[in-house]
Amino acid sequence: MARIFAYITHKGGVADDTALELAAAAAQIADGTAVTAVVTGSGAELEAVCAAVAAAYPEVWKVESPALAYPNAEVVRKALVQLLPAGSVLLLPHDTFGMDLGPGLAIKMDAAFVADVVAVAAVEGTTLKLIRQEFSGQLSTHVSCDIAAGAVLNIRPGVCKPMADGAAAGQIVDKSGELGDLSAGRQFLEVVAAEVGDVDITKSDVLLSVGRGIEDEENIEMAVELAEAMGADLACSRPIVDAKWLEKSRQVGTSGLTVKPKVYLAMGISGSFQHLGGVKGSPFMVAVNKNPKAPIFQFADVGIVADILELMPELTKKIKSA
Amino acid sequence: MEILVCVKRVPDTAENEFTINADGSDIDRDDLVYSVNEWDNYAVEEAIQIVDRVGGKVTVVAVGDEDSEEVLRREMAMGANDGLLLADPAFADSDGRGIATILKGAVEKGTYDLILTGAQSDSGAGQVGGMLAAMLDIPYASLVDSIEVVDDQSLKIGREIEGGNREMNSIQLPCLLSIQTGINEPRYVGIRGIRKVASVEIPVLGSAELGIGGAAVGSAGARVKRLDYFVPVLGAGAEMLEGSTEEIVDKLIELLKAKGGLK
Repeated sequence: MARIFAYITHKGGVADDTALELAAAAAQIADGTAVTAVVTGSGAELEAVCAAVAAAYPEVWKVESPALAYPNAEVVRKALVQLLPAGSVLLLPHDTFGMDLGPGLAIKMDAAFVADVVAVAAVEGTTLKLIRQEFSGQLSTHVSCDIAAGAVLNIRPGVCKPMADGAAAGQIVDKSGELGDLSAGRQFLEVVAAEVGDVDITKSDVLLSVGRGIEDEENIEMAVELAEAMGADLACSRPIVDAKWLEKSRQVGTSGLTVKPKVYLAMGISGSFQHLGGVKGSPFMVAVNKNPKAPIFQFADVGIVADILELMPELTKKIKSA
Repeated sequence: MEILVCVKRVPDTAENEFTINADGSDIDRDDLVYSVNEWDNYAVEEAIQIVDRVGGKVTVVAVGDEDSEEVLRREMAMGANDGLLLADPAFADSDGRGIATILKGAVEKGTYDLILTGAQSDSGAGQVGGMLAAMLDIPYASLVDSIEVVDDQSLKIGREIEGGNREMNSIQLPCLLSIQTGINEPRYVGIRGIRKVASVEIPVLGSAELGIGGAAVGSAGARVKRLDYFVPVLGAGAEMLEGSTEEIVDKLIELLKAKGGLK
Protein backbone atom coordinates (compact mmCIF):
# COMPACT_ATOMS: atom_id res chain seq x y z
CA MET A 1 0.00 0.00 0.00
CA ALA A 2 1.27 3.44 -0.97
CA ARG A 3 1.76 6.11 1.66
CA ILE A 4 -1.40 8.00 2.46
CA PHE A 5 -1.45 11.72 3.21
CA ALA A 6 -4.13 14.18 4.25
CA TYR A 7 -3.70 17.89 3.52
CA ILE A 8 -4.82 20.04 6.44
CA THR A 9 -6.40 23.40 5.67
CA HIS A 10 -6.35 25.96 8.46
CA LYS A 11 -7.10 29.58 9.23
CA GLY A 12 -5.96 31.80 12.07
CA GLY A 13 -3.96 28.98 13.67
CA VAL A 14 -6.97 26.62 13.82
CA ALA A 15 -7.30 23.46 11.71
CA ASP A 16 -10.44 23.20 9.61
CA ASP A 17 -13.16 20.67 10.56
CA THR A 18 -12.08 18.67 7.52
CA ALA A 19 -8.78 17.76 9.26
CA LEU A 20 -10.54 15.10 11.33
CA GLU A 21 -12.94 14.16 8.51
CA LEU A 22 -10.02 13.38 6.20
CA ALA A 23 -8.41 11.32 8.97
CA ALA A 24 -11.55 9.19 9.06
CA ALA A 25 -11.71 8.86 5.25
CA ALA A 26 -8.00 8.03 5.07
CA ALA A 27 -8.36 5.35 7.74
CA GLN A 28 -11.00 3.63 5.58
CA ILE A 29 -8.61 3.52 2.63
CA ALA A 30 -5.40 2.90 4.59
CA ASP A 31 -6.46 -0.42 6.08
CA GLY A 32 -4.12 -0.13 9.04
CA THR A 33 -1.34 1.84 7.28
CA ALA A 34 -0.34 4.99 9.16
CA VAL A 35 -1.70 8.21 7.65
CA THR A 36 0.43 11.35 7.54
CA ALA A 37 -0.98 14.86 7.83
CA VAL A 38 0.65 17.58 5.72
CA VAL A 39 0.40 21.13 7.03
CA THR A 40 1.80 24.06 5.05
CA GLY A 41 2.06 27.61 6.30
CA SER A 42 4.33 29.85 8.29
CA GLY A 43 5.08 31.09 11.80
CA ALA A 44 3.19 30.57 15.05
CA GLU A 45 -0.07 29.67 13.28
CA LEU A 46 1.61 26.74 11.56
CA GLU A 47 3.11 25.54 14.86
CA ALA A 48 -0.29 25.66 16.56
CA VAL A 49 -2.01 23.72 13.79
CA CYS A 50 0.71 21.04 13.69
CA ALA A 51 0.46 20.53 17.45
CA ALA A 52 -3.34 20.25 17.30
CA VAL A 53 -3.35 17.88 14.33
CA ALA A 54 -0.80 15.59 16.03
CA ALA A 55 -3.61 14.51 18.34
CA ALA A 56 -5.33 12.76 15.45
CA TYR A 57 -2.48 11.75 13.12
CA PRO A 58 0.52 9.53 14.02
CA GLU A 59 2.79 11.68 11.86
CA VAL A 60 2.54 15.34 10.87
CA TRP A 61 4.68 16.93 8.16
CA LYS A 62 5.34 20.57 8.93
CA VAL A 63 6.10 22.54 5.77
CA GLU A 64 7.14 26.10 6.46
CA SER A 65 7.88 28.92 4.02
CA PRO A 66 6.92 32.61 3.77
CA ALA A 67 5.60 31.72 0.29
CA LEU A 68 3.10 29.38 1.97
CA ALA A 69 1.73 31.94 4.46
CA TYR A 70 -1.46 32.14 2.40
CA PRO A 71 -2.60 28.88 0.74
CA ASN A 72 -2.12 29.82 -2.92
CA ALA A 73 -2.93 26.53 -4.66
CA GLU A 74 -0.27 27.07 -7.33
CA VAL A 75 2.45 27.41 -4.67
CA VAL A 76 1.12 24.58 -2.49
CA ARG A 77 1.09 22.34 -5.57
CA LYS A 78 4.77 22.98 -6.19
CA ALA A 79 5.61 22.22 -2.56
CA LEU A 80 3.63 18.97 -2.54
CA VAL A 81 5.15 17.76 -5.82
CA GLN A 82 8.60 18.34 -4.27
CA LEU A 83 7.80 16.54 -1.01
CA LEU A 84 5.41 13.65 -1.67
CA PRO A 85 7.00 10.32 -2.63
CA ALA A 86 6.06 8.84 -6.02
CA GLY A 87 2.85 6.83 -5.89
CA SER A 88 1.41 8.66 -2.86
CA VAL A 89 -2.29 8.92 -2.18
CA LEU A 90 -3.35 12.39 -1.03
CA LEU A 91 -6.70 13.40 0.43
CA LEU A 92 -7.92 16.98 0.08
CA PRO A 93 -11.15 18.66 1.18
CA HIS A 94 -13.39 19.41 -1.81
CA ASP A 95 -13.74 23.08 -0.89
CA THR A 96 -12.70 26.15 -2.88
CA PHE A 97 -9.06 25.42 -2.07
CA GLY A 98 -9.19 21.69 -2.84
CA MET A 99 -10.99 22.41 -6.11
CA ASP A 100 -8.22 24.85 -6.99
CA LEU A 101 -5.41 22.43 -6.12
CA GLY A 102 -6.55 18.84 -6.76
CA PRO A 103 -6.89 18.46 -10.55
CA GLY A 104 -3.58 20.10 -11.47
CA LEU A 105 -1.73 18.36 -8.65
CA ALA A 106 -2.95 14.97 -9.89
CA ILE A 107 -1.51 15.73 -13.34
CA LYS A 108 1.84 16.82 -11.88
CA MET A 109 1.97 13.69 -9.66
CA ASP A 110 0.84 11.55 -12.61
CA ALA A 111 -1.83 10.28 -10.26
CA ALA A 112 -5.52 9.45 -10.62
CA PHE A 113 -7.98 12.15 -9.52
CA VAL A 114 -11.48 11.83 -8.12
CA ALA A 115 -13.40 15.00 -7.27
CA ASP A 116 -16.10 15.48 -4.66
CA VAL A 117 -16.10 12.00 -3.12
CA VAL A 118 -19.09 11.55 -0.77
CA ALA A 119 -18.25 8.03 0.47
CA VAL A 120 -15.75 5.20 0.23
CA ALA A 121 -17.88 2.17 -0.70
CA ALA A 122 -15.16 -0.50 -0.92
CA VAL A 123 -11.42 -1.04 -1.02
CA GLU A 124 -10.32 -4.02 -3.17
CA GLY A 125 -6.54 -4.17 -3.27
CA THR A 126 -5.43 -0.98 -5.03
CA THR A 127 -8.85 -0.36 -6.53
CA LEU A 128 -11.18 1.97 -4.69
CA LYS A 129 -14.91 2.01 -5.20
CA LEU A 130 -16.07 5.53 -4.39
CA ILE A 131 -19.44 7.27 -4.42
CA ARG A 132 -19.95 10.60 -6.19
CA GLN A 133 -22.92 12.63 -7.29
CA GLU A 134 -23.82 14.02 -10.70
CA PHE A 135 -26.48 16.30 -12.16
CA SER A 136 -26.56 18.68 -9.19
CA GLY A 137 -26.97 15.83 -6.72
CA GLN A 138 -29.95 14.28 -8.46
CA LEU A 139 -28.13 11.00 -9.11
CA SER A 140 -25.26 9.15 -7.46
CA THR A 141 -22.67 6.94 -9.10
CA HIS A 142 -20.08 4.41 -8.04
CA VAL A 143 -16.71 5.05 -9.64
CA SER A 144 -13.68 2.81 -9.61
CA CYS A 145 -10.23 4.30 -9.27
CA ASP A 146 -6.93 2.46 -9.43
CA ILE A 147 -4.60 4.06 -6.88
CA ALA A 148 -1.58 1.83 -7.62
CA ALA A 149 0.28 4.73 -9.28
CA GLY A 150 -0.96 7.28 -6.77
CA ALA A 151 -4.12 9.31 -6.40
CA VAL A 152 -5.52 12.66 -5.34
CA LEU A 153 -8.96 12.28 -3.76
CA ASN A 154 -11.08 15.33 -3.00
CA ILE A 155 -13.47 14.49 -0.16
CA ARG A 156 -16.65 16.54 0.26
CA PRO A 157 -16.62 18.43 3.58
CA GLY A 158 -19.17 17.25 6.13
CA VAL A 159 -19.77 13.74 4.77
CA CYS A 160 -17.25 11.78 6.88
CA LYS A 161 -17.81 11.44 10.59
CA PRO A 162 -14.76 13.13 12.14
CA MET A 163 -12.10 10.87 13.63
CA ALA A 164 -12.12 10.95 17.44
CA ASP A 165 -9.44 13.42 18.50
CA GLY A 166 -6.68 12.49 20.92
CA ALA A 167 -6.15 8.93 19.67
CA ALA A 168 -2.63 9.56 18.39
CA ALA A 169 0.35 11.35 19.89
CA GLY A 170 1.79 12.19 16.54
CA GLN A 171 5.35 13.00 15.71
CA ILE A 172 5.93 16.34 14.00
CA VAL A 173 8.49 16.08 11.20
CA ASP A 174 9.85 19.30 9.75
CA LYS A 175 10.05 18.88 5.96
CA SER A 176 10.71 22.57 5.20
CA GLY A 177 14.36 21.89 4.34
CA GLU A 178 13.35 19.72 1.39
CA LEU A 179 11.51 22.58 -0.33
CA GLY A 180 12.90 23.93 -3.58
CA ASP A 181 11.79 26.82 -5.79
CA LEU A 182 8.22 27.92 -4.98
CA SER A 183 7.81 30.74 -7.49
CA ALA A 184 4.47 30.75 -9.29
CA GLY A 185 2.69 32.62 -12.06
CA ARG A 186 -0.16 33.49 -9.73
CA GLN A 187 0.23 35.80 -6.73
CA PHE A 188 -2.24 36.16 -3.89
CA LEU A 189 -3.14 39.80 -3.28
CA GLU A 190 -5.87 40.01 -0.63
CA VAL A 191 -9.15 38.62 0.65
CA VAL A 192 -12.13 40.92 0.15
CA ALA A 193 -14.73 40.32 2.87
CA ALA A 194 -18.37 39.67 2.02
CA GLU A 195 -20.66 42.68 1.70
CA VAL A 196 -22.99 43.33 4.62
CA GLY A 197 -26.65 43.59 3.67
CA ASP A 198 -29.68 45.32 5.18
CA VAL A 199 -30.82 42.11 6.89
CA ASP A 200 -28.50 39.72 8.71
CA ILE A 201 -29.96 36.32 7.76
CA THR A 202 -27.39 34.53 9.93
CA LYS A 203 -29.38 35.79 12.96
CA SER A 204 -32.86 34.94 11.64
CA ASP A 205 -35.04 32.34 13.40
CA VAL A 206 -37.38 31.87 10.47
CA LEU A 207 -36.16 31.96 6.88
CA LEU A 208 -38.17 31.82 3.70
CA SER A 209 -35.62 30.87 1.07
CA VAL A 210 -36.33 30.97 -2.66
CA GLY A 211 -34.53 29.26 -5.53
CA ARG A 212 -34.74 28.75 -9.26
CA GLY A 213 -38.42 27.76 -8.95
CA ILE A 214 -39.29 31.45 -8.62
CA GLU A 215 -38.63 31.58 -12.39
CA ASP A 216 -38.82 35.33 -12.91
CA GLU A 217 -37.67 38.50 -11.18
CA GLU A 218 -41.21 39.87 -10.91
CA ASN A 219 -42.23 36.81 -8.85
CA ILE A 220 -39.81 37.80 -6.07
CA GLU A 221 -42.57 40.11 -4.81
CA MET A 222 -44.68 37.01 -4.10
CA ALA A 223 -41.96 35.71 -1.78
CA VAL A 224 -41.57 39.12 -0.12
CA GLU A 225 -45.28 39.16 0.68
CA LEU A 226 -45.22 35.63 2.10
CA ALA A 227 -42.16 36.42 4.21
CA GLU A 228 -43.91 39.50 5.58
CA ALA A 229 -47.06 37.53 6.40
CA MET A 230 -44.99 34.86 8.16
CA GLY A 231 -42.74 37.29 9.96
CA ALA A 232 -39.80 35.57 8.26
CA ASP A 233 -36.69 36.98 6.65
CA LEU A 234 -36.15 36.38 2.94
CA ALA A 235 -33.14 34.35 1.82
CA CYS A 236 -32.26 32.62 -1.44
CA SER A 237 -30.09 30.12 -3.26
CA ARG A 238 -27.25 30.94 -5.59
CA PRO A 239 -29.06 31.21 -8.97
CA ILE A 240 -31.16 34.09 -7.59
CA VAL A 241 -28.03 36.07 -6.75
CA ASP A 242 -26.39 35.14 -10.08
CA ALA A 243 -29.45 36.61 -11.80
CA LYS A 244 -29.12 39.72 -9.56
CA TRP A 245 -32.72 39.39 -8.33
CA LEU A 246 -31.61 39.52 -4.68
CA GLU A 247 -28.40 40.76 -3.10
CA LYS A 248 -25.50 38.46 -2.21
CA SER A 249 -26.05 39.07 1.52
CA ARG A 250 -29.23 36.99 1.28
CA GLN A 251 -27.54 33.93 -0.26
CA VAL A 252 -27.47 30.74 1.81
CA GLY A 253 -24.74 28.22 1.01
CA THR A 254 -21.03 27.48 1.14
CA SER A 255 -20.35 30.36 -1.24
CA GLY A 256 -22.80 32.57 0.64
CA LEU A 257 -23.77 32.68 4.30
CA THR A 258 -24.20 29.98 6.91
CA VAL A 259 -27.56 30.27 8.66
CA LYS A 260 -28.90 28.63 11.83
CA PRO A 261 -32.66 29.24 11.83
CA LYS A 262 -35.27 27.29 13.77
CA VAL A 263 -37.49 27.01 10.70
CA TYR A 264 -36.29 26.90 7.08
CA LEU A 265 -38.83 27.03 4.31
CA ALA A 266 -37.13 26.13 1.00
CA MET A 267 -39.22 27.28 -1.95
CA GLY A 268 -38.22 26.00 -5.39
CA ILE A 269 -34.73 25.02 -4.21
CA SER A 270 -33.39 21.70 -5.54
CA GLY A 271 -31.01 21.20 -2.61
CA SER A 272 -27.44 21.07 -3.90
CA PHE A 273 -24.81 20.25 -1.29
CA GLN A 274 -23.39 23.75 -1.69
CA HIS A 275 -26.74 25.18 -0.64
CA LEU A 276 -27.46 22.74 2.20
CA GLY A 277 -23.89 23.19 3.43
CA GLY A 278 -24.98 26.66 4.50
CA VAL A 279 -27.92 25.47 6.62
CA LYS A 280 -26.76 24.46 10.09
CA GLY A 281 -28.35 23.68 13.43
CA SER A 282 -30.90 21.14 12.11
CA PRO A 283 -33.84 23.50 11.61
CA PHE A 284 -37.37 22.28 10.96
CA MET A 285 -37.14 22.23 7.16
CA VAL A 286 -40.06 22.42 4.76
CA ALA A 287 -39.33 21.96 1.04
CA VAL A 288 -41.64 22.83 -1.81
CA ASN A 289 -40.55 21.79 -5.29
CA LYS A 290 -42.19 20.82 -8.59
CA ASN A 291 -39.72 17.98 -9.11
CA PRO A 292 -40.57 15.02 -6.84
CA LYS A 293 -36.99 13.80 -7.28
CA ALA A 294 -35.38 17.03 -6.04
CA PRO A 295 -32.60 16.12 -3.56
CA ILE A 296 -34.00 18.61 -1.02
CA PHE A 297 -36.81 16.16 -0.20
CA GLN A 298 -34.23 13.80 1.27
CA PHE A 299 -33.12 16.39 3.79
CA ALA A 300 -36.37 18.17 4.60
CA ASP A 301 -38.70 17.22 7.46
CA VAL A 302 -41.77 18.02 5.42
CA GLY A 303 -42.08 18.06 1.63
CA ILE A 304 -44.68 19.33 -0.80
CA VAL A 305 -44.62 18.59 -4.53
CA ALA A 306 -46.08 21.79 -5.95
CA ASP A 307 -45.43 24.86 -8.06
CA ILE A 308 -44.32 27.55 -5.63
CA LEU A 309 -45.87 30.20 -7.85
CA GLU A 310 -49.27 28.68 -7.09
CA LEU A 311 -48.65 27.67 -3.49
CA MET A 312 -47.05 30.87 -2.16
CA PRO A 313 -49.99 33.23 -2.85
CA GLU A 314 -52.42 30.71 -1.32
CA LEU A 315 -50.26 30.41 1.75
CA THR A 316 -49.96 34.18 2.09
CA LYS A 317 -53.71 34.66 1.76
CA LYS A 318 -54.48 32.01 4.37
CA ILE A 319 -51.95 33.31 6.88
CA LYS A 320 -53.26 36.86 6.52
CA SER A 321 -56.89 35.77 6.95
CA ALA A 322 -56.16 33.71 10.05
CA MET B 1 -6.34 38.90 -26.79
CA GLU B 2 -6.80 35.42 -28.28
CA ILE B 3 -9.24 33.53 -26.05
CA LEU B 4 -10.24 29.88 -26.21
CA VAL B 5 -13.37 28.83 -24.31
CA CYS B 6 -14.03 25.15 -23.67
CA VAL B 7 -17.74 24.31 -23.69
CA LYS B 8 -19.77 21.16 -23.16
CA ARG B 9 -23.20 19.97 -24.21
CA VAL B 10 -25.00 18.62 -21.14
CA PRO B 11 -28.48 17.49 -20.07
CA ASP B 12 -30.12 20.54 -18.49
CA THR B 13 -30.48 19.80 -14.76
CA ALA B 14 -33.19 22.44 -14.33
CA GLU B 15 -35.31 21.05 -17.18
CA ASN B 16 -35.03 17.30 -16.67
CA GLU B 17 -36.14 14.64 -14.23
CA PHE B 18 -33.46 12.01 -14.52
CA THR B 19 -34.33 8.33 -14.70
CA ILE B 20 -31.92 5.42 -14.78
CA ASN B 21 -31.99 2.76 -17.50
CA ALA B 22 -32.84 -0.88 -16.80
CA ASP B 23 -29.34 -2.14 -15.96
CA GLY B 24 -28.26 1.00 -14.09
CA SER B 25 -25.41 1.70 -16.53
CA ASP B 26 -26.65 5.08 -17.75
CA ILE B 27 -29.47 7.58 -17.51
CA ASP B 28 -32.34 7.38 -20.02
CA ARG B 29 -31.14 9.90 -22.56
CA ASP B 30 -33.91 9.65 -25.19
CA ASP B 31 -36.16 12.46 -23.99
CA LEU B 32 -33.62 14.69 -22.28
CA VAL B 33 -33.38 18.40 -22.95
CA TYR B 34 -29.75 19.28 -23.71
CA SER B 35 -28.13 22.68 -23.57
CA VAL B 36 -24.77 24.32 -23.11
CA ASN B 37 -23.34 23.79 -19.62
CA GLU B 38 -24.48 26.82 -17.60
CA TRP B 39 -20.99 27.70 -16.30
CA ASP B 40 -19.58 27.59 -19.86
CA ASN B 41 -22.15 30.13 -21.01
CA TYR B 42 -20.81 32.62 -18.45
CA ALA B 43 -17.27 31.84 -19.65
CA VAL B 44 -18.18 32.62 -23.26
CA GLU B 45 -19.92 35.86 -22.25
CA GLU B 46 -16.84 36.90 -20.25
CA ALA B 47 -14.55 36.16 -23.20
CA ILE B 48 -16.72 38.24 -25.54
CA GLN B 49 -16.74 41.15 -23.07
CA ILE B 50 -12.94 41.03 -22.72
CA VAL B 51 -12.49 41.07 -26.49
CA ASP B 52 -14.97 43.96 -26.72
CA ARG B 53 -12.73 45.91 -24.32
CA VAL B 54 -9.22 45.04 -25.50
CA GLY B 55 -9.68 43.48 -28.94
CA GLY B 56 -8.85 39.99 -30.14
CA LYS B 57 -10.84 36.90 -30.96
CA VAL B 58 -12.92 34.26 -29.18
CA THR B 59 -12.83 30.60 -30.23
CA VAL B 60 -15.20 28.05 -28.69
CA VAL B 61 -14.19 24.40 -28.58
CA ALA B 62 -16.14 21.30 -27.58
CA VAL B 63 -15.27 17.65 -27.19
CA GLY B 64 -18.24 15.60 -28.32
CA ASP B 65 -20.11 14.14 -31.24
CA GLU B 66 -21.92 15.99 -34.04
CA ASP B 67 -24.70 16.96 -31.60
CA SER B 68 -22.25 19.30 -29.87
CA GLU B 69 -22.21 21.44 -33.00
CA GLU B 70 -25.50 23.08 -32.00
CA VAL B 71 -23.93 24.17 -28.71
CA LEU B 72 -20.95 25.66 -30.55
CA ARG B 73 -23.28 27.50 -32.92
CA ARG B 74 -25.29 28.87 -30.01
CA GLU B 75 -22.12 30.30 -28.46
CA MET B 76 -21.06 31.68 -31.85
CA ALA B 77 -24.45 33.37 -32.09
CA MET B 78 -23.60 35.05 -28.78
CA GLY B 79 -20.51 36.50 -30.42
CA ALA B 80 -17.72 33.91 -30.42
CA ASN B 81 -15.79 34.23 -33.68
CA ASP B 82 -14.81 30.64 -34.39
CA GLY B 83 -15.91 27.15 -33.42
CA LEU B 84 -13.92 23.95 -33.20
CA LEU B 85 -15.32 20.45 -32.68
CA LEU B 86 -13.10 17.66 -31.36
CA ALA B 87 -14.79 14.41 -32.32
CA ASP B 88 -13.56 10.85 -32.65
CA PRO B 89 -15.07 7.50 -31.64
CA ALA B 90 -11.80 6.92 -29.75
CA PHE B 91 -12.71 9.80 -27.40
CA ALA B 92 -15.78 8.01 -25.99
CA ASP B 93 -15.74 7.28 -22.24
CA SER B 94 -12.69 9.45 -21.57
CA ASP B 95 -12.26 10.49 -17.94
CA GLY B 96 -11.37 14.06 -16.95
CA ARG B 97 -7.72 13.50 -17.75
CA GLY B 98 -8.66 12.14 -21.18
CA ILE B 99 -10.81 15.19 -21.96
CA ALA B 100 -7.98 17.50 -20.85
CA THR B 101 -5.57 15.55 -23.09
CA ILE B 102 -7.86 16.01 -26.10
CA LEU B 103 -8.24 19.74 -25.39
CA LYS B 104 -4.46 20.08 -25.02
CA GLY B 105 -4.12 18.80 -28.58
CA ALA B 106 -6.42 21.58 -29.78
CA VAL B 107 -4.74 24.30 -27.69
CA GLU B 108 -1.36 23.43 -29.17
CA LYS B 109 -2.68 23.88 -32.71
CA GLY B 110 -3.32 27.55 -31.99
CA THR B 111 -1.86 30.43 -30.00
CA TYR B 112 -4.01 31.54 -27.08
CA ASP B 113 -3.38 34.16 -24.40
CA LEU B 114 -6.26 33.05 -22.24
CA ILE B 115 -8.19 29.79 -21.92
CA LEU B 116 -11.52 29.69 -20.08
CA THR B 117 -13.65 26.78 -18.91
CA GLY B 118 -16.78 26.61 -16.77
CA ALA B 119 -16.03 25.93 -13.10
CA GLN B 120 -17.88 22.60 -13.38
CA SER B 121 -20.37 20.73 -15.53
CA ASP B 122 -22.93 17.93 -15.28
CA SER B 123 -20.57 15.49 -13.55
CA GLY B 124 -19.86 18.10 -10.86
CA ALA B 125 -16.12 17.38 -10.77
CA GLY B 126 -14.68 20.74 -11.85
CA GLN B 127 -11.50 19.04 -12.97
CA VAL B 128 -10.79 19.57 -16.66
CA GLY B 129 -9.58 23.17 -16.39
CA GLY B 130 -7.03 22.52 -13.65
CA MET B 131 -5.78 19.41 -15.43
CA LEU B 132 -5.42 21.16 -18.78
CA ALA B 133 -3.52 24.07 -17.19
CA ALA B 134 -1.11 21.66 -15.50
CA MET B 135 -0.56 19.77 -18.76
CA LEU B 136 0.17 23.07 -20.54
CA ASP B 137 2.28 24.30 -17.61
CA ILE B 138 0.45 27.62 -17.39
CA PRO B 139 -0.97 29.31 -14.25
CA TYR B 140 -4.50 28.38 -13.19
CA ALA B 141 -7.23 29.75 -10.95
CA SER B 142 -10.65 28.23 -10.32
CA LEU B 143 -14.06 29.71 -9.43
CA VAL B 144 -13.18 33.06 -10.96
CA ASP B 145 -15.85 35.74 -10.52
CA SER B 146 -14.06 38.81 -11.87
CA ILE B 147 -11.41 39.48 -14.52
CA GLU B 148 -9.59 42.75 -15.07
CA VAL B 149 -7.02 42.99 -17.85
CA VAL B 150 -4.03 44.81 -16.33
CA ASP B 151 -1.78 44.72 -19.42
CA ASP B 152 -0.72 42.18 -22.03
CA GLN B 153 1.29 40.31 -19.39
CA SER B 154 -1.17 39.84 -16.54
CA LEU B 155 -4.73 39.88 -15.21
CA LYS B 156 -6.19 40.79 -11.84
CA ILE B 157 -8.78 38.19 -10.95
CA GLY B 158 -11.24 37.53 -8.14
CA ARG B 159 -12.00 34.00 -6.93
CA GLU B 160 -15.01 33.00 -4.94
CA ILE B 161 -14.08 31.42 -1.61
CA GLU B 162 -16.15 30.30 1.38
CA GLY B 163 -18.58 32.53 3.26
CA GLY B 164 -19.21 35.02 0.46
CA ASN B 165 -15.61 36.24 0.62
CA ARG B 166 -13.43 36.78 -2.42
CA GLU B 167 -9.76 36.11 -3.01
CA MET B 168 -7.93 38.53 -5.29
CA ASN B 169 -4.95 37.35 -7.32
CA SER B 170 -2.58 38.61 -9.94
CA ILE B 171 -2.02 36.01 -12.66
CA GLN B 172 0.40 35.95 -15.56
CA LEU B 173 -0.65 35.37 -19.17
CA PRO B 174 -1.05 32.95 -20.81
CA CYS B 175 -3.22 31.32 -18.16
CA LEU B 176 -6.34 29.22 -17.68
CA LEU B 177 -9.30 30.30 -15.57
CA SER B 178 -12.41 28.35 -14.59
CA ILE B 179 -15.42 30.65 -14.47
CA GLN B 180 -18.07 30.74 -11.76
CA THR B 181 -21.70 31.61 -12.50
CA GLY B 182 -22.73 35.18 -11.70
CA ILE B 183 -19.52 36.77 -13.08
CA ASN B 184 -21.67 38.53 -15.72
CA GLU B 185 -25.12 38.38 -17.27
CA PRO B 186 -24.92 36.17 -20.38
CA ARG B 187 -26.66 37.76 -23.33
CA TYR B 188 -29.82 36.34 -24.80
CA VAL B 189 -29.53 34.42 -28.04
CA GLY B 190 -32.48 34.55 -30.39
CA ILE B 191 -33.42 32.40 -33.35
CA ARG B 192 -32.16 35.11 -35.69
CA GLY B 193 -28.72 35.04 -34.11
CA ILE B 194 -28.51 31.29 -34.52
CA ARG B 195 -29.64 31.52 -38.17
CA LYS B 196 -26.89 33.99 -38.88
CA VAL B 197 -24.19 31.46 -37.96
CA ALA B 198 -26.05 28.40 -39.27
CA SER B 199 -23.84 28.01 -42.33
CA VAL B 200 -20.49 28.96 -40.79
CA GLU B 201 -18.14 26.04 -41.17
CA ILE B 202 -16.99 24.41 -37.94
CA PRO B 203 -13.80 22.36 -38.41
CA VAL B 204 -13.86 18.86 -36.90
CA LEU B 205 -10.60 17.43 -35.57
CA GLY B 206 -10.04 13.81 -34.56
CA SER B 207 -7.22 11.98 -32.82
CA ALA B 208 -5.05 11.90 -35.97
CA GLU B 209 -5.26 15.68 -36.50
CA LEU B 210 -4.65 16.32 -32.79
CA GLY B 211 -1.76 13.85 -32.56
CA ILE B 212 -3.31 11.89 -29.69
CA GLY B 213 -2.41 8.24 -29.20
CA GLY B 214 -5.20 5.80 -28.47
CA ALA B 215 -4.00 4.75 -25.01
CA ALA B 216 -4.15 8.30 -23.60
CA VAL B 217 -7.87 8.88 -24.10
CA GLY B 218 -11.16 7.01 -24.21
CA SER B 219 -12.04 4.06 -22.06
CA ALA B 220 -8.52 2.57 -22.34
CA GLY B 221 -6.88 5.70 -20.92
CA ALA B 222 -9.36 6.23 -18.08
CA ARG B 223 -8.04 5.65 -14.57
CA VAL B 224 -11.38 6.64 -13.12
CA LYS B 225 -14.42 4.76 -14.45
CA ARG B 226 -18.09 5.26 -13.69
CA LEU B 227 -19.62 1.91 -12.80
CA ASP B 228 -23.30 2.77 -12.51
CA TYR B 229 -25.94 5.33 -11.63
CA PHE B 230 -28.26 5.03 -8.65
CA VAL B 231 -30.74 7.20 -6.80
CA PRO B 232 -29.07 8.45 -3.63
CA VAL B 233 -30.54 7.91 -0.20
CA LEU B 234 -29.11 10.88 1.61
CA GLY B 235 -31.40 11.50 4.52
CA ALA B 236 -34.41 9.95 6.21
CA GLY B 237 -36.66 11.61 3.65
CA ALA B 238 -39.40 14.14 4.15
CA GLU B 239 -42.94 13.48 5.28
CA MET B 240 -44.82 14.41 2.11
CA LEU B 241 -47.95 16.51 2.43
CA GLU B 242 -50.63 15.50 -0.05
CA GLY B 243 -54.14 16.52 -0.91
CA SER B 244 -55.79 19.59 -2.38
CA THR B 245 -53.93 22.89 -2.30
CA GLU B 246 -56.24 24.07 0.47
CA GLU B 247 -55.61 20.96 2.57
CA ILE B 248 -51.86 21.26 2.05
CA VAL B 249 -51.85 24.94 2.99
CA ASP B 250 -53.86 24.23 6.16
CA LYS B 251 -51.54 21.42 7.22
CA LEU B 252 -48.48 23.52 6.49
CA ILE B 253 -49.76 26.46 8.54
CA GLU B 254 -50.50 24.12 11.43
CA LEU B 255 -46.97 22.70 11.27
CA LEU B 256 -45.33 26.12 10.96
CA LYS B 257 -47.29 27.37 13.98
CA ALA B 258 -46.21 24.37 16.04
CA LYS B 259 -42.54 24.88 15.12
CA GLY B 260 -42.49 28.65 15.64
CA GLY B 261 -42.43 29.44 11.92
CA LEU B 262 -45.23 31.98 12.11
CA LYS B 263 -45.13 35.17 14.13
